Amino acid sequence: MVTRSADDWLAVLQQIPDPEIPVLNIVEMGIVRGVECTDSAVLVKITPTYMGCPAMDAITDDIKAALTPLAREENRTMTVELVYAPAWTTDWLTVAALDKLEAYGIAPPGKTTDKRALNGEAPEVACPKCKSAHTTLVSLFGSTACKSHYRCNDCAEPFDHFKCI
Amino acid sequence: MGATMNARFEYLLRLGDDALILGQMLGLWTGHGPVLEEDIALTNIGLDQIGQARAWLTLAGKAEDAGRDEDKLAFFRDQADFRNAQLCERPNGHFGDTIVRQFLFDAYAVPLHAALSSSSDPEIAAIARKSAKESAYHLRHSRAWMLRLGDGTEESHDKVQQSLNDLLPYAGDLFYADAVTAQATAEGWGADPTALRAPWTTELDSTLAAAGLERPPAVPEQTGGREGRHTEQLSFLLAEMQVLPRTYPDAQW
Repeated sequence: MVTRSADDWLAVLQQIPDPEIPVLNIVEMGIVRGVECTDSAVLVKITPTYMGCPAMDAITDDIKAALTPLAREENRTMTVELVYAPAWTTDWLTVAALDKLEAYGIAPPGKTTDKRALNGEAPEVACPKCKSAHTTLVSLFGSTACKSHYRCNDCAEPFDHFKCI
Repeated sequence: MGATMNARFEYLLRLGDDALILGQMLGLWTGHGPVLEEDIALTNIGLDQIGQARAWLTLAGKAEDAGRDEDKLAFFRDQADFRNAQLCERPNGHFGDTIVRQFLFDAYAVPLHAALSSSSDPEIAAIARKSAKESAYHLRHSRAWMLRLGDGTEESHDKVQQSLNDLLPYAGDLFYADAVTAQATAEGWGADPTALRAPWTTELDSTLAAAGLERPPAVPEQTGGREGRHTEQLSFLLAEMQVLPRTYPDAQW
């Protein structure tokens, strides 16, 4: 009988897309904070992007649906634990993930050394379509808790920007 | 509250109930915002507040150690058992009323979450560090609207000035100190509410100056929320919020 290692479980988790941003998987999103294995148990730790993110329940269900049958094969229990520390930050998005977001039409967050957005100053957000930096913030809040809403002044594309926190 | 007071439970209820009630009030804006973007903004902020409430109330339930989870605490307590600041339960009124209520709260939440981020309790610190990012973002939004309304048309200025005059006295609960906060401060896991007034006042004064609004003449501040004394608005809100789980306690969806 195969006994999967933490890395093996991580590979399974990488198959699970984020329910709101399906172009990224939950590992790339930085939501999976670790996998801990013992002979009898598998524990997956996840953290929310925003405290009230309603996708967390769906993500928990998706993880259980994917991992529980595999864990059962190995006579292991499978649990998902929600942790708040360390707090999620956009820095955890990999470079590959940032590129995927942009290709998907969501302007990716800059590195959080750019805290201008939090301080009330307008950060530079390039249009994911035509790459123009000539854009306007329409609303600080967008289609999900982790995004704000912009418009490109050059190509007129309305787009979401992943808030930088 | 006598010698058996569970200060940790009481303190966490205050944090959780502020977020829960304010979040619920903001949720009432769903489909009623003045423009689509603000409808989404207010409900997004409400969602963040509910998320924070879930974390604080879960922790409160653990501190109480009587088997109550976040849902039990949210849906099966009566008005007199709620510990939220009265400010949080003030009616939504018009958009300016909601913005002033939010601004007064955000300007308090930012230094509160900063102080709690260095709590001696790692669970409190973790939730506070996470919430701090959200409250800073909320303040950015509510402050921007204070400026836009205060420095906007004569009508928007007059309306938001009236909102401020009406709501400012309700800030009293935010800085209310008692045996609970004394223990929280002495033991290092909570924040001293009286120390939050200075940064709150600084934010208030700078925003009012930039918005062309006047600080209303000082009047006695309203308190009581931390001891379960509330305005009638809370009972209407709780009735709507709690009716389903109280009617069907085991309902799942």
